[in-house]
Amino acid sequence: MTTSINTLPLKERLLSLFFEHLPSIKGQATAGVNRLREEGLAEFERQGFPHSKLENWRFSDIAPLLETDFAFNFSNQSRAFDIDKIFTCDVYDLDTFSVTLLNGWFVYKHAPLTRLENGTVIGSLAKAMELYPELIDKYLGKAAKPKNSALTALNTAFIQDGLFIYVPEGVVVEKPIQLINIVDSPTPVFLQPRHLTIAERGAKLTLVHCDHSLTHNISMTNTVVEIFAEPGAEVDHYKIQNKGKNSALFTSSYLHLEKESKIHSNIITLNGGFTRNNVDVRLNDELGHADLKGLYLVDHNQHVDNQVFIDHAAPNCFSNQLYKGILDDQARGVFSGRILVERDAQQTLAYQNNKNLLLTDEAKVNTQPHLEIYADDVKCSHGATVGQLDPDAMFYLRSRGIGEHAARQLLMLAFADEVVQKISIEALSQRIGNMVEKRLRGELSICDQCVLHCSDKGPATFNIDMSKI
Amino acid sequence: MEDKSNDLLEEVTGGEYKYGFYTDIEMDQAPKGLTEDTIRFISARKNEPEFMLDIRLKAFRHWKTLKEPRWAQVEYPPIDYQDIIYYSAPRKKEQLQSLEEVDPELLKTFEKLGIPLEEQKMLAGVAVDAVMDSESVATTFRSSLAEKGIIFCSFSEAIREHPELVQKYMGTVVPYTDNFFAALNTAVFSDGSFVYIPKGVRSPMELSTYFRINAANTGQFERTLIVAEEGSYVSYMEGCTAPIRDENQLHAAIVEIIAHKDAEVKYSTVQNWWPGDKDGKGGIYNFVTKRGICEGENSKISWTQVETGSAITWKYPSLILRGNNSTGEFYSVAVTNNHQQADTGTKMIHLGKNTRSTIISKGISAGHSNNSYRGLVKTTRKAENARNFSQCDSLLLGDKCGAHTFPYIEVGNRSSIVEHEATTSKISEDQLFYCLQRGIDMESAIGLIVNGYAKEVLSKLPMEFAVEAQKLLSISLEGSVG
Repeated sequence: MTTSINTLPLKERLLSLFFEHLPSIKGQATAGVNRLREEGLAEFERQGFPHSKLENWRFSDIAPLLETDFAFNFSNQSRAFDIDKIFTCDVYDLDTFSVTLLNGWFVYKHAPLTRLENGTVIGSLAKAMELYPELIDKYLGKAAKPKNSALTALNTAFIQDGLFIYVPEGVVVEKPIQLINIVDSPTPVFLQPRHLTIAERGAKLTLVHCDHSLTHNISMTNTVVEIFAEPGAEVDHYKIQNKGKNSALFTSSYLHLEKESKIHSNIITLNGGFTRNNVDVRLNDELGHADLKGLYLVDHNQHVDNQVFIDHAAPNCFSNQLYKGILDDQARGVFSGRILVERDAQQTLAYQNNKNLLLTDEAKVNTQPHLEIYADDVKCSHGATVGQLDPDAMFYLRSRGIGEHAARQLLMLAFADEVVQKISIEALSQRIGNMVEKRLRGELSICDQCVLHCSDKGPATFNIDMSKI
Repeated sequence: MEDKSNDLLEEVTGGEYKYGFYTDIEMDQAPKGLTEDTIRFISARKNEPEFMLDIRLKAFRHWKTLKEPRWAQVEYPPIDYQDIIYYSAPRKKEQLQSLEEVDPELLKTFEKLGIPLEEQKMLAGVAVDAVMDSESVATTFRSSLAEKGIIFCSFSEAIREHPELVQKYMGTVVPYTDNFFAALNTAVFSDGSFVYIPKGVRSPMELSTYFRINAANTGQFERTLIVAEEGSYVSYMEGCTAPIRDENQLHAAIVEIIAHKDAEVKYSTVQNWWPGDKDGKGGIYNFVTKRGICEGENSKISWTQVETGSAITWKYPSLILRGNNSTGEFYSVAVTNNHQQADTGTKMIHLGKNTRSTIISKGISAGHSNNSYRGLVKTTRKAENARNFSQCDSLLLGDKCGAHTFPYIEVGNRSSIVEHEATTSKISEDQLFYCLQRGIDMESAIGLIVNGYAKEVLSKLPMEFAVEAQKLLSISLEGSVG
């Protein structure tokens, strides 16, 4: 069921839609989740949509986007179908356990929720709310901070579906779990997927999260990701964003680390109209290890905004941030990193680095590497650079007979490589490396690898014919 | 050790204030509160021309529409702006007869700072004998400056004697619409300094408020304007390393600097106002707007500051680099101890081509204090080949203090290069151990290491300040590490 009330501003529409569709929004959710929902709604009502007067939103104005007449899906329309028929991921030779979300709803070949032999559960959050209410109540919403983010509050109010992963104690999931998040709608659509990943004590998993759009229609995706790493757990989280120029993608990731746990997060933005990634890390106990990397390659009027907050709440933790960006044409890049070292978080090591290459005079970068430190026995450093390709390196390559264009390509690739190289799965690292290379040559579009091969020129309008699937 | 040193620190800083001022009841002062009448009163008392009153009133009307900013990383109780006396004529101090009457702890501080005996008397409020009368020194200085055409006088004097210059330049760099405190200052400013260096003149000496007549009582809303004409050079020093006695809680000053083509202005500050006692009671709120503009080509302005005093420091000496090839520099050491809070830094706005800026900021936090660097580096689209290098280091002494860094970098063209780096750490155990095993006691060792850490900035201070500033750093940190 698609609903739109055209006359009201988006905030008021969402508030009235909430009550109108309350039964289907609530679905099989537990009482705990519904309590979260109400808190989220109240918080969103209080804060409203973020605006550029807010410190965190100074450089990212979403007001024009909110004018759009969005449609909303409060029930799953897609159900079971084979996603391979309409989409193959660009990282195709990767052996993964792959799951798909279409317009914010889980789609599946066999069952909405799979339980592997080793006890790992992968599947739809909506289904998990029915089958594993105790896990949901224990974790869902415990890391997210609706008080600090109106978008998180809004997502929390409308929690319905998304990806649920549970890895039991000591289990190592060998195959990466790949989530393909596809937006495909003939009309502007507003989606709010919610993902929850729980890695129990000593568990290990790799999550590859791909965001794609199949049409050039306007879409707004407000995603909230929560990842819990219990003591000794290790989670690798890769996010690859390759969206259409009319899409707006908001992702708030909340990473919660217990003792001796590790999280690697890697966000690669190749294309997107408006992309904002909030990463909020809490190092809750000793010897936590958070390694965050980001790469953004944007051109035309694309806008990418990376906001990182790391809360060192316990001693002896390590955090590292490396965000690199190449900005072409009139693209705009924003980076805001904040490290908070709390009073007793001694022996903290926290590093932060943001490097940007500007290729034109119209491109713009705003970077804010902030540190807030209340403990004395710490080593923290941050750095930011904005500049152009090193003229000495250029000269060196040119003097070796390499043409200017090729030399530039080489240097840009080397610049991006610092992030790509660190990807631990080799197949993924290579594929992403290739994608970055193609992207820098200007050959990668969102339609790459898409079986429909629609033309990039006009807005594509097509529907998935459900009867054929 | 900590207790003993804390006592010392308290006496060094707080001790002096036991010897307060006597308020002359018949003194000429405005009633409490701020209304248009207060402003008319101030303007009339100062015999100001009409244009000045107009500016003040405009600023006041604008101020009424503004809200006090609260974004800085500092905490303080609300200020009641109607509970302040905005004008009082220079107060008569109780004149002590000899140094024997002065608090011995204060004298100890002077001794540590290496201040000459005669100067000690002056600072402590002892009647200074005729030989070393600061006024006569200042008079000699002024005549040699006047020969070169340099104008160096109080702001009130400038308004009366050089109204055309004041009208031309005042408010061009910091307009009253700039911010809450700038509007307040413009409305009620008491006095300040005015410097004008004519074309091609190199000031033969460092200009210092210290020697200027009336400098001691410029009041809480100070205003400084420095204009350097084409090809001129001046080095200006504000403040004093000795503890400054001052009973005003709120200070909202404005400093404006204009450098024309090929001119160079070097502005150095040592700020050592009362930081409050060791429990964080009292102390000065220092909310300052300082800004310079490199108007002409190849001009250069450099800010150097050593901030050790005030309960709350809230200041961002900034530069607008408009002229092509102009250069801006900012060197800062900010020390906070006990419950002091400092939120300080700079803004470098690159508008012209080939403009360059350097930022070196060293923060040192001890006790329960919080010390923040907040800065903006902005290059606009037309600022081709702009270059900035920023380095902001923080040193933490003790586990109850905080050190924060909030840089903002906005780059608007591809040919500019902006680099920012910062580190936060504590004093290295190895360095301390090395000093201790060489027989240097803890306090001196810390003083030594901190001075080494801040050397990059201290070396930019004029000779007169540099030596004293080094000692001041050690004194400010006394008792910070037990």
